[in-house]
Amino acid sequence: MSTMLDIQGLTKQFGQFTAVDDVSFSVAAGEVLGFLGPNGSGKSTTMKMVTGFLTPTAGTAIVCGSDVTRDPIAVKRHIGYLPEGAPLYEDMTPSGMLSFVADVRRLSGAQRRNGIDNAVDKLQLNEVFNQQIGTLSKGFKRRVGLAQAILHDPDVLILDEPTDGLDPNQKHHVRQLIADMSKDKVIVISTHVLEEVDAVCSRAIVIARGKMIADGTPADLERRSTYYNAVSVRLHRDHVDTLKEALGGISDIERIETGEHVGDTAHVVVVSKNGATIIETVNARMSDRSITIEQLYVERGRLEDVFRQLTGDEQGENA
Amino acid sequence: MSTSLAIAKRELFAYFSTPLAYVFIVIFLALAGATTFFFGGFFQRGQADLQAFFSFHPWLYLFLIPAVGMRLWAEERKSGTIELLMTLPVSTTQAVAGKFIAAWIFAGIALALTFPIWITVNYLGSPDNGVIIAGYVASFLMAGAFLAIGSFVSALTRNQVIAFVITAAVCFIFMMSGLEPVQSAFRGLDNAFIVDLVASLSFLTNFDAITRGVFDLRDFVYMASVIGVFLFANVVIVDLKKGS
Ligand SMILES: Nc1ncnc2c1ncn2[C@@H]1O[C@H](COP(=O)(O)OP(=O)(O)OP(=O)(O)O)[C@@H](O)[C@H]1O
Ligand SMILES: [Mg+2]
Repeated sequence: MSTMLDIQGLTKQFGQFTAVDDVSFSVAAGEVLGFLGPNGSGKSTTMKMVTGFLTPTAGTAIVCGSDVTRDPIAVKRHIGYLPEGAPLYEDMTPSGMLSFVADVRRLSGAQRRNGIDNAVDKLQLNEVFNQQIGTLSKGFKRRVGLAQAILHDPDVLILDEPTDGLDPNQKHHVRQLIADMSKDKVIVISTHVLEEVDAVCSRAIVIARGKMIADGTPADLERRSTYYNAVSVRLHRDHVDTLKEALGGISDIERIETGEHVGDTAHVVVVSKNGATIIETVNARMSDRSITIEQLYVERGRLEDVFRQLTGDEQGENA
Repeated sequence: MSTSLAIAKRELFAYFSTPLAYVFIVIFLALAGATTFFFGGFFQRGQADLQAFFSFHPWLYLFLIPAVGMRLWAEERKSGTIELLMTLPVSTTQAVAGKFIAAWIFAGIALALTFPIWITVNYLGSPDNGVIIAGYVASFLMAGAFLAIGSFVSALTRNQVIAFVITAAVCFIFMMSGLEPVQSAFRGLDNAFIVDLVASLSFLTNFDAITRGVFDLRDFVYMASVIGVFLFANVVIVDLKKGS
């Protein structure tokens, strides 16, 4: 695997405010990187620097061997970029827009034809191909933005919230598209939809207040959840106290949470300490006391919890 | 170059995709005709030339050209498309040049559509067509100079109305610097060099000289320099302000 995107100490200051603070990582071909973080954490700003739109205050990004601060044009040739909010020339049609991008990217002949056909086909733009972009729905605009990003079959795709505003079918479709294209490319997507990270990303980076605070596979991150390996039990509410008693004194148990009950069914979550496997012990104790349960499963840790743990409001409980 | 042309093509398309283009051309032609015949005394002068026609161009351009230039960068920044444009493999210089070329071609189209008046004057008498061609070239150059100022100002703001007003004001200052009130103000400085310098910066002085048939290469060079200087400043401003 070769490194196609290498970000080195990237920093951006707006006046006194540091929006991106010394971010470094590299991405190899075939990886789909999910870029996560709360609003205003610096995701878009990082992407703008990598794509050569903003000049970094310090640091740089090397894209396919070219340094964005030294040779931005070479970098831009390798990149396909969907800016946040998918800005487009609203007075044009998707047809005109794609022709314009193809012109500027100097695509000609078969390469141009195939590029446009392929993008139109993949983003299903046929029905609106000659409709003015200003009159398109939000989802279609986003798809036109994606189409112009993949037109030249770039080595590095940078997509700022690519599925924002898409209907569930199109979300699925775009994720599929990203997965299909990922083989020999680097794809970086920013998103607030964490299920998307599970669905398409091979790696996730979390950034908060401009600083990188986590980097790993989605599974790695899930493992950091307080609820990783927790045991979820649904049972009659009269049995809850018995269950709590039965689980007393197990050192691998951090705490036991009792949720709202629905009718007579209560939901109890047994949180393990440091992600230890507790299902067997819990099971054994329950059969010792012959507690009847309705449902039992092991939590694999939700990214959403990890995200909140890592970036959440200061008063949030410590893991 | 082909990159600039691709941008110019898109930009020109953008002009003609709004009613502004047609409104502009119609108003320009109507005013150019009206000023020539009513205020310029085209017939009364009894001379086969287009001085009456050209002498009003600076005044027409003063408020029409800022309307052409105002959207060039302000709109890109307002709609966010500047991020799309400037992350394509395009240098700022190419983008500035492409946009300027489109606006200049547009102004050129409007100017070219005044050709019936040229035909008319040739039908009525035998004018010096060399002077008329020089007049058209000078008028086109002056439109270019106003547009370069307009493009530069447009890069300073997201607001097209502000861009319009400031452009018109700056162009006005450039025009007036050769006229008597301004000149007498500078004469107070008692420095002949400065007075001459300010006078030579005037669009009106330069333009009138050409249309009267007084050829001085410096007048053309001056207009071309104004275009060059403002486009250069335009590049600097786009680089500075594109992210904000
Ligand atoms: N041009 C600018 N001038 C001043 N501050 C800016 C500028 N651009 C961004 N910022 C600030 O930088 C911070 C990071 O913004 P950025 O858009 O990168 O966040 P983000 O992670 O993409 O957020 P979101 O999830 O809401 O898209 C924010 O606090 C923002 O206000
Ligand atoms: Mg963002």
